[in-house]
Amino acid sequence: MTAMLNIKDLRAYYGQVQALHGLSFSLNEGSLTTLLGANGAGKTTTLRAICNMVRSTGAIEFEGKALSGKSTENVVRLGIAHVPQGRGTFTTMTVEENLQLGAITRSDSKNITSDIERMYAHFPVLKERHTQQAGTLSGGEQQMLAVARALMLRPRLMLLDEPSFGLAPLIVRDLFKILGKINREDKVTILVVEQNAQLALELADQAYVIETGRIVMSGNAKDIATNEDVRKSYLGY
Amino acid sequence: MELFTNQVLAGIATGAIYACMALAVVMIFQAIDHLNFAQGEMAMFSTFISWQLMQWGLPYWWAFLATLIISFVGGIAIERLLFKPLAKAPILTNVAGFIALFAIVNSVAGLIWDFTIKQYPSPFGSSPFLGSQLISTHQAGMIGVTILLLIALYLFFQFTRIGLAMRAAASLPESARLVGINTSWMIALGWGMASAIGAIAGILIAPVVFLEPNMMGGVLIYGFAAAVLGGLSSPLGAVIGGFLVGIFENLAGTYIPGVGNELKLPIALALIITVLVVKPAGLLGRPIVKRV
Repeated sequence: MTAMLNIKDLRAYYGQVQALHGLSFSLNEGSLTTLLGANGAGKTTTLRAICNMVRSTGAIEFEGKALSGKSTENVVRLGIAHVPQGRGTFTTMTVEENLQLGAITRSDSKNITSDIERMYAHFPVLKERHTQQAGTLSGGEQQMLAVARALMLRPRLMLLDEPSFGLAPLIVRDLFKILGKINREDKVTILVVEQNAQLALELADQAYVIETGRIVMSGNAKDIATNEDVRKSYLGY
Repeated sequence: MELFTNQVLAGIATGAIYACMALAVVMIFQAIDHLNFAQGEMAMFSTFISWQLMQWGLPYWWAFLATLIISFVGGIAIERLLFKPLAKAPILTNVAGFIALFAIVNSVAGLIWDFTIKQYPSPFGSSPFLGSQLISTHQAGMIGVTILLLIALYLFFQFTRIGLAMRAAASLPESARLVGINTSWMIALGWGMASAIGAIAGILIAPVVFLEPNMMGGVLIYGFAAAVLGGLSSPLGAVIGGFLVGIFENLAGTYIPGVGNELKLPIALALIITVLVVKPAGLLGRPIVKRV
């Protein structure tokens, strides 16, 4: 397998504060990778750095193309969809408009309509509410909408920032099932940042553990899940 | 009764202009969260351009169309040159920028076209509309053009992808970038459209207030009032606010003893303050509600 995303010596800064201290990792094409870590470890910053939403140095290569210096919207246009923390829902617009916005950079308008139908098949509740203002959806529905919106880009790579945040456990399970399906059937490479380590490790095939802005452990998700230190620090048993 | 109807219709006619100005103000406010104090001066300058084009022999509607295009490009240029660099600057820097733009545009207009009051033609004439004494053809034209403009804008924002992208960029810039929208250009586009809308307002009101560099001063204040009354976050509110301010201004001037023409403005503004005390977000502006 070839590496789709290659990150070398990534350092990121918020003003004077350095949040990432030389982080390196790579994602294989077609993989489902999770990035684990405690609060403030730099998980969100890593995702934000990939999309150039935070000042950073180091090399980020996506399918052989350097991402540094590209604006956020141009990174997205390469096929990288980012579901941000807090979901980034356009709350004053309808569910369907949110999906349309996900495909705003695409010019194949015929396929967009059929893709919206595909999203409704993945997430039937969105079809029921397609004319409703997105802000009136429940947290879980909004998260589904955020994932669907990201998929409307027909991304090669999808970045998800804590999709389980604030959701009931059952809903999280559903959501992760769908993510696995998208990864397998639509061949979308996925990088998911999670605090819910147990679920994330069940879902993922690769895992990285990040601590204070550095990668401290990497490997097969199953191996990481059985690792003594990880179990104590992140799984709590 | 005829006086009342007459005043209401006249109020709707001038209200149409306030609605246009309010719409232009709201458009830029949505994009950059600042009130463009120079909106009126930009509209005045556009009106002068159309006047100049007519002086050079262009027919009215060709001059009108050319002015819209020039204003649109000019609005984009102003954003790119002046306000894009100020995007992350503190609010007072932006205010200073707007005031500078106001003063510069006003003086340059005076320099080129001097401060004497000029006649401005109306394509609709000023005869009674449909033989009725209630409203003139120009007033009817003002209302008609404004309504057409509103319908066009509505269709643009509701049913075109670029309109959708502009709405997204205005409501949540970060999310908009994450779906691949170039928000910076959406802001520039908003400036261009606001500038063109202002040009329409200026051209329509010029036959009434006459053409001179300070023609838009009062109009812009009413426009601001309309925007605030309707809610700065709502284009529809701005339009309704415009019509309400126009009607109220006329009725207050006619019926409240001692008000007359001189005191219309303070009365209208007092009404607006009253509304804001009761409903701070304006009539249609929505306080942000969201689930987390």
